[in-house]
Amino acid sequence: MVEPRFRRDGAWVGASVPRREDPRLLAGRGRFVDDIALPGMLHAQFVRSTEAHAELLAVDLDEVHAVPGVVAAYTAADLDLADITALLDRPAHEFVPTAMPVLARDKVRYVGEPVAVVVAKDPYAAEDGVEAAVVEYAPLEPVVSDLGALAEGAPLVHAEAPRNTLVDVSLFATEGIDDVFAEAHTVVEVRTKTGRQNALPLETRGVVADWDDRDEQLRVQTCSQVPHQVRTVLARCVGLDEKQVRVTVPDMGGGFGQKCVVGREEIAAAAAALRLRRPVKWIEDRRDALTAAFLAREQRYVVRAAFSADGEILGLDADVVCDMGAYSCYPFTAGIEPLMASAEMPGVYRVPAYRVRGRAVTTNKAPTAPYRGVSRPQYVMVVERVFEKAARALGIDAVELRRRNLITVFPYTGVNDITYDPGSYLESLDLCEKTLREEGWFSRRSDENRVIGIGFACFSERTGYGSGAFAQRKMQVVPGFDISEIRMDLNGTVSVTTGTLSHGQSHETTMAQIVADRLGVPYDRVKIVQGDTDRITYGWGSFASRSITIGGSAVAAASVKLGDQLKEIAAHLLSGDPEAAVLEDGGVRVGSSWLPFAEIADVAYLKAHLLPKGVGPGLAATASFDVGGDGTFSNATHGCVVELDPGTGGVEILRYVCVEDCGVAIHPQVVEGQARGGIAQGIAGALFEEVRYDEAGQPLAPSFMEYKVPTAMEIPDVRIEHLETPCAFTENGAKGAGEGGTIGAPAAVLNAVNDALRHTGVELDDTPVRREAVFRALEVTR
Amino acid sequence: MIQLVELSVNGERHDLAIEPRRTLVDVLRHDLGLTGTHVGCEHGICGACTVLVDGAPARACLIFAAQVEGAEIRTVESLSSDGELNDLQRCFSEHHGLQCGFCTPGMLMLAEGYLAEEPEPTTEEIREVVASNLCRCTGYQTIVEAIDDCAARRRAALQDRLDRRAS
Repeated sequence: MVEPRFRRDGAWVGASVPRREDPRLLAGRGRFVDDIALPGMLHAQFVRSTEAHAELLAVDLDEVHAVPGVVAAYTAADLDLADITALLDRPAHEFVPTAMPVLARDKVRYVGEPVAVVVAKDPYAAEDGVEAAVVEYAPLEPVVSDLGALAEGAPLVHAEAPRNTLVDVSLFATEGIDDVFAEAHTVVEVRTKTGRQNALPLETRGVVADWDDRDEQLRVQTCSQVPHQVRTVLARCVGLDEKQVRVTVPDMGGGFGQKCVVGREEIAAAAAALRLRRPVKWIEDRRDALTAAFLAREQRYVVRAAFSADGEILGLDADVVCDMGAYSCYPFTAGIEPLMASAEMPGVYRVPAYRVRGRAVTTNKAPTAPYRGVSRPQYVMVVERVFEKAARALGIDAVELRRRNLITVFPYTGVNDITYDPGSYLESLDLCEKTLREEGWFSRRSDENRVIGIGFACFSERTGYGSGAFAQRKMQVVPGFDISEIRMDLNGTVSVTTGTLSHGQSHETTMAQIVADRLGVPYDRVKIVQGDTDRITYGWGSFASRSITIGGSAVAAASVKLGDQLKEIAAHLLSGDPEAAVLEDGGVRVGSSWLPFAEIADVAYLKAHLLPKGVGPGLAATASFDVGGDGTFSNATHGCVVELDPGTGGVEILRYVCVEDCGVAIHPQVVEGQARGGIAQGIAGALFEEVRYDEAGQPLAPSFMEYKVPTAMEIPDVRIEHLETPCAFTENGAKGAGEGGTIGAPAAVLNAVNDALRHTGVELDDTPVRREAVFRALEVTR
Repeated sequence: MIQLVELSVNGERHDLAIEPRRTLVDVLRHDLGLTGTHVGCEHGICGACTVLVDGAPARACLIFAAQVEGAEIRTVESLSSDGELNDLQRCFSEHHGLQCGFCTPGMLMLAEGYLAEEPEPTTEEIREVVASNLCRCTGYQTIVEAIDDCAARRRAALQDRLDRRAS
């Protein structure tokens, strides 16, 4: 048994135990998709569009076939696959469905769009083959910005989508909101544009597919957060039924949302394997990952807020436009970003009147997928800018202004029809401010020789979206529940399935801790089975901070059912009362007698004739869990201290404090890791990373020389303080912890930058913050 | 064109018949089956493919295998012995210096090479070295702490040995 580093109340939950994942990953013995080699395996690469927007006149692969090592090359016409189409149940004026072909057919819509697949004996030959392809285009005028997309007479990316608008929803519109604004003491406005970002898992996307005659299955090993959804789409695209496709997920080098949608390349590679009856591997190279993979976060906000003289927020009026690129992603659609922003924007504040219009526009850029936080990093930043601006306009301290408006009485039902379960909104703000004050940052801020600013961000984050919450978004495919099957085998070891899928979040450890507590066994006696569509009942994978809240609850519920079985059998064997039986120390105690699980398993499998009447052989149970109502809200306050360099316009983060509350932390060290990693990605979006395009729609950041991923020199150490408001309706009291860091960081950083610029009269509201803008702002006052 | 190349990896000699354009990382991973070394960018920025070439950290994606004939190459697979993680690996685990584990082998080899050259680094120096590689999960803090802790433990162990020899 592994000794935990600390345990609370003798329980596994709450203990930062050694991660089950670590030994293999540290020894270089993990198994990532590119580590897999099958006999006779071929390698795929893609001929990709060099045009942002063009008619596809001809794809000539004759020369490709002549390249040494090339085995096959296919166009869309050759493979004849069904399109990938994601749908919302919304009327035509709110949502325009568009199909994403696996390979481009008549038209290309972004640079990097796959046009043909080349399959060769080794990856080098596959790339040689790609270079030999000749594609003839008739270029069309590209649409390269949201404003360009919406402009009168703009070219259409999809003929069926007028004004290049895929989603257009107007929600809430509280009665009398115009009067609220007309009569308000103070109205502030924030206009913000946020840069397009890449979720950037360090492991790029990839797949190994082969047809197996014995299993009559197309076996697909891929680094996906949503294996069942890959199975469903792949089966549809190639014309197989669900049982003929098995998707398994090996170790995964991060996902962050980019891998929670179904990609075209994995479908095309699998289709090639099916046709060739040979294993085919595709590993995305970094250039393709930077230019042709799913992107996110390019949004434009115009938000007005009305305040009373004493700083009470009276109304919020928002217009959100999201540049979703060329296609809708499966299963979320292009609605993912505007619908998230529209539904959740009022956030942690008591906003009595709210109106929002959310739009998704299509442009000639690589398509988008949900990325860690989904719109929340943006709208939280906008709302937190609102409070900073209002504080200045009203002459009230910005932290105090937040205090006056935070939700403090729970449950709270907002103007956005969402009910918030209890959180520590005020407490986290107080503690965050106190921490920075005690560390002396407020006095350093007033040093006249330095340009130092302090910024805060208050937010809550809905985690564990259940079926009800996703149904509200009117997705035609409604994720939400999770199903777990648990089994005890001989000698009392436990295996349990989860429909969620760890790709860095440590579920092999944390889920095992949950089971361990429910059954009274050490956590290393529990094996977690994930990422295999043959072994796991339909699941939704890991995204939206759903794994511990929903998956963890299903695992717990299944454990309890198994525990009941064990108690019933033990009571019978010990001639005691099942009601008096308790699970204890790896066995069942009934009165003064105790029977170890191994002996119960022995009876259940090897001596079934000894089982009580009506109890079948074996030890197994299935349970499901769904979050009813509106889900559970984690919350946090982030505080950031920056120093600006008047000579370079550089922004250095001097201090970062995060006070977070995700309910019961199953593994505090893992929760802290999620917060730190999330904050790093939020800082990346606030200060460094942007996917830019030129006027012709050519991507300007095709390598890490241009796409500036921050290193250890840019990302500060983060002080984390925990508060704990347990969730009342998940099985473990836990709330989600995967995204919060990313959500709070852009707001805290941007507010700190603007605080440092307070003497200049300049306010910067766009991200990433440009050095030149900071330099110019400081130049005026130098 | 095929070229004969002789490589020494983790103390073992390998004879290879490969294309001259074949990178060291592809040879390690796909010809020798040492898949612990990962490929993150193929242009020398992310450092996931970091290995030691004659003791110095190097990007295996930027080196042709044919260039390192005669050199001693070490990969992550050399760190643990008999299934036991070494002190650096254990420090990474204790400090939660890895999440998905994809950058980890590169970070470990970077740190192993660096600590051999500089056994008494400051935390800031460690941070600068860690900035050679990219990690998308951890925010780097726990990686720096893990290396710092390992360096401190190695110094303490060395001091302990010296003390015992003196007494």
